[in-house]
Amino acid sequence: MTADGGRESALLRFLWKTAKLIATVALTFLGLLVVTFLIGRVVPVDPVLAVIGDRASQSVYDRVYVELGLDRPLYEQFWMYLQKVFTGDFGESFLTKRAIADDIARVFPATLELATIAIVIGTALGIPMGVWAAVRQGRLADQVVRVFGLIGYSAPIFWLGLLGLLVFYARLQWVAGPGRIDIAYEYAITPATGLLLLDSAMQGQWDAFRNIFSHIILPASLLGYFSMAYISRMTRSFMLNELAQEYITTARVKGVPEWRIIWVHALRNAAVPLVTVVALSYASLLEGSVLTETVFAWPGLGQYLTNSLQNADMNAVLGGTLVIGAIFVGLNLLSDLLYSLLDPRVRRQA
Amino acid sequence: MTPLLTVEDLRITFPTRSGPSEVVRGVSFTLGRERLGIVGESGSGKSQTGRAILGLTPPPGKATAKVLDFDGTDLRDASPATWRKLRGARMSMVMQDPKFSLNPVMTIGRQLVEALKFGAGETRRQARDRALAMLEAVQIRDPERVFRAYPHELSGGMGQRAMIAMMLVTEPDLLIADEPTSALDVTVQVEVLRILDRLVTTRGMGLIFISHDLRLVSSFCDRVLVMYAGRVVEELKASDLDQAQHPYTRGLMNCLPKIEGSQRPLPTLERDAAWAK
Repeated sequence: MTADGGRESALLRFLWKTAKLIATVALTFLGLLVVTFLIGRVVPVDPVLAVIGDRASQSVYDRVYVELGLDRPLYEQFWMYLQKVFTGDFGESFLTKRAIADDIARVFPATLELATIAIVIGTALGIPMGVWAAVRQGRLADQVVRVFGLIGYSAPIFWLGLLGLLVFYARLQWVAGPGRIDIAYEYAITPATGLLLLDSAMQGQWDAFRNIFSHIILPASLLGYFSMAYISRMTRSFMLNELAQEYITTARVKGVPEWRIIWVHALRNAAVPLVTVVALSYASLLEGSVLTETVFAWPGLGQYLTNSLQNADMNAVLGGTLVIGAIFVGLNLLSDLLYSLLDPRVRRQA
Repeated sequence: MTPLLTVEDLRITFPTRSGPSEVVRGVSFTLGRERLGIVGESGSGKSQTGRAILGLTPPPGKATAKVLDFDGTDLRDASPATWRKLRGARMSMVMQDPKFSLNPVMTIGRQLVEALKFGAGETRRQARDRALAMLEAVQIRDPERVFRAYPHELSGGMGQRAMIAMMLVTEPDLLIADEPTSALDVTVQVEVLRILDRLVTTRGMGLIFISHDLRLVSSFCDRVLVMYAGRVVEELKASDLDQAQHPYTRGLMNCLPKIEGSQRPLPTLERDAAWAK
């Protein structure tokens, strides 16, 4: 635990840490694959029928049954599944008749774009509001933040979405309506990343950029409001906890001004658990919000998965599940790394 | 000599569900550039007295006094700006446990430099040199390493030395030490006390030493206040502790272990409801 120990042991420790991290991630991902694989076997959807349709003859059925490897033992099937997943082959969608990987590459950027703007809004507003509420605990500001947050947390998002469309789109015409982009602009930009704001900005299509922005701002604000409610609530309680600690008294005794006590001493400590809160909020936004995507006709992951589920398109469902699982694993990893960056106590032990 | 600190009729109340509860009930004393001990059991109000002098009565508690004067400044209803000028620069406090009283995500160096920046208005570079010198003054052998270390990387004794360094680096006139050694091992206690004693003496500052340890206080201070249930029940010269009159003080003295003779059954503190009146 001491600081001295030489450069060599520091390097060794770093390598050991990295190896441990990779092993953990690999193991988690393997578990995820087992689960999705087993879901695929357990659901009462015949994978053969999904391929050949329900009018094929028995001989065709039998041939495809063998081709899909369904006659082999389960572990061999799992091995085949692994090989396919690692080459990016999730099978073909029975609805769109395209490779699942292509489908997800098409719908995921829409969700990614929406979720990212939403989490930025949610964090940028939620953290200062939570801090403010904690500092003014029990006073008017605290109550206002709490009520505002409670509404965001408990009002059904589709209702807020419809209301938002009615007010800001239909009446005030401040924003554009449902969809990601007006048809007029749809072919003005060549898709590169699939993130329309980024694509249009890179291609210098500023009219299109404005149009896309006015489409995305309302749903992103709504989702942002939702995560803001959660983030501000957690920030408030983390901050109250930190502000009651002895080191805050120490800082006051030293003559440190109040703003610095709040924003540097207390928030810096509260940031450690907050990282996880923000990461998990982001992850749940990336799953795609079915309701928001439906209300705003947003062609994202949530809509795609719901559609696939309703049509028993198992390949698509399993592919999507895998993607979401990978996002969760990835964001957890990221928040672990940030954790050790923010907290010196974790840095040394891990 | 005009006193450094005058406290008259200090009262601290906390609202509770069954009405306000007065935890300090009319404490008065004066302090020059000397070492004053405040002794008492848990809940006797000694720590709250110390905090009230620094204006740090935790809300929703309220502190009132007839006189609360620090070197000519009236501390009752002092403005935040006044407090910022006083705290750190002219009065400071060493707290009980370095595990909780140091910010876990800031290096010792940054916390020391911060004390100098806001307590003494120094620039960063000056502050660094003075901070390192101060760490040496509290007998830390490798100041550079401790300067870069985080609190969890130090032992309790080291942490408390760093805390003392942080509180004395601005050379305040008044230091309140609130149980500065109770969280430390007995062997380390003596060392830390010796360091504190030397610094306080050489710098000629006023010290309020708050403790529950009667013998420690009497060996370390010039004068002792004994508190019981929010009141000062007795004030003594440390050397006259044997002549204590109040039954509570006598009771405390009787509980101290003696080398000679057996003490069976072990003496217990007898309490009289009348002392709290």
